[in-house]
Amino acid sequence: MKVDLTVNGKDITADVEDRMLLVHFLRDVADLTATNVGCDTTSCGACTVLLDGESVKSCTVLAAQASGHEVTTVEGLATNGEMHPVQRAFHQEHGLQCGFCTPGMVMAIVSLLKENPHPTEEQVRQGLEGNLCRCTGYHNIVRAALAAAEVSS
Amino acid sequence: MIPSSFTYKRAGSAEEALDLAAEYGDDAKFLAGGHSLLPLMKLRLAAPEVIIDLSGLRDLSYVTDQGSYVAVGALTRHHDVEHSEVLGREVPLLAYAAGQVGDPQIRHRGTIGGSIAHADPASDLPAVLLALDATLVARGADGAREIPIGEFFQGLFETALEPDELLTEIRVPKPASAGAWSFQKFTQRAIDWAIVGCAVQDGRVGLVNMGGTPLRAAATEAALAAGASPADAAARAAEGTSAADDIRATRAYREHLARVLVSRALTEANSRS
Repeated sequence: MKVDLTVNGKDITADVEDRMLLVHFLRDVADLTATNVGCDTTSCGACTVLLDGESVKSCTVLAAQASGHEVTTVEGLATNGEMHPVQRAFHQEHGLQCGFCTPGMVMAIVSLLKENPHPTEEQVRQGLEGNLCRCTGYHNIVRAALAAAEVSS
Repeated sequence: MIPSSFTYKRAGSAEEALDLAAEYGDDAKFLAGGHSLLPLMKLRLAAPEVIIDLSGLRDLSYVTDQGSYVAVGALTRHHDVEHSEVLGREVPLLAYAAGQVGDPQIRHRGTIGGSIAHADPASDLPAVLLALDATLVARGADGAREIPIGEFFQGLFETALEPDELLTEIRVPKPASAGAWSFQKFTQRAIDWAIVGCAVQDGRVGLVNMGGTPLRAAATEAALAAGASPADAAARAAEGTSAADDIRATRAYREHLARVLVSRALTEANSRS
């Protein structure tokens, strides 16, 4: 079937299988490989992207469902070569170790701060319930979210 | 993991969705937010030949105050139920419980109608709507009908909906004492299904994951109605249930949890009223 998505501001039209998952569309069709497939069962959040500005797990959305909608991946966050405040905060607070969960963590935090620009630490932790980090780097990830909120305020 | 092949159809209206359901019959499944159905399809536990995507039915996403009850459109996402001002004021139990479903990403996609129609006994919202004594509205080719929630869940993943019927609205009566509510769930990790959960409102107690269907703690409710103390009523929470033994917990442990969580819920609901 024909799908038509706006990905990071760019219109992408493609003929794909009806059953294609959004994450595979992003990686294999749009050639945007920052978004990782982790658990593939809606648990780990590594595949988190924004769909019409809100965080979703792209392993549990069909490309067909996203047709006609806007998707933002971590590749689409920087503007004019400047990192997004959440990306910068991850760098400054050392919010990652192996980096596998990072694209999903960053997108989940971008969505969280959009809904709640000044979260408490507890709200950040609750807001990241859908994202797993197996390096157990949660403390610095939470610090990065709070630092990004501080910068944006 | 990818689902087995299917044909994707996107309905633009409830009429179109019903026409497609009539055309494809048992081979078709409605897809709302997809957060129950797609995982099952990826595991090949479900393999519908046709998917009828309901996301185009924007007019079925709403929360409105109807005087004696609050009407919630079946395609209202958990995120929107959680943040609804009307529900926060009139039915805080439902708004709170919607915010406890899964995680933020899941709540951005999953819908109240999808959760109810999927009828997973481990889901949070069916038990909550049992405690709220909601009425469901289903639409078929011959028009709409109301189904009391107590008659809706008929077996594991089985409901009173006919194959060619679409759940369109959930009507939640305003509780007599809106503040006297509680929702409790016990999970291993934040995003897991509840090992056991319970919802309390106005002396009604809904149980999560204590049998093949979402159910009410009938013995506890009867004890409360007869004037028993919360502790004595909660001691009967597992009576008449048929919880499963599985990798997460034994039946005996679930029964213990039911008694503990119902006790906490009744105490919390009382302290709020």
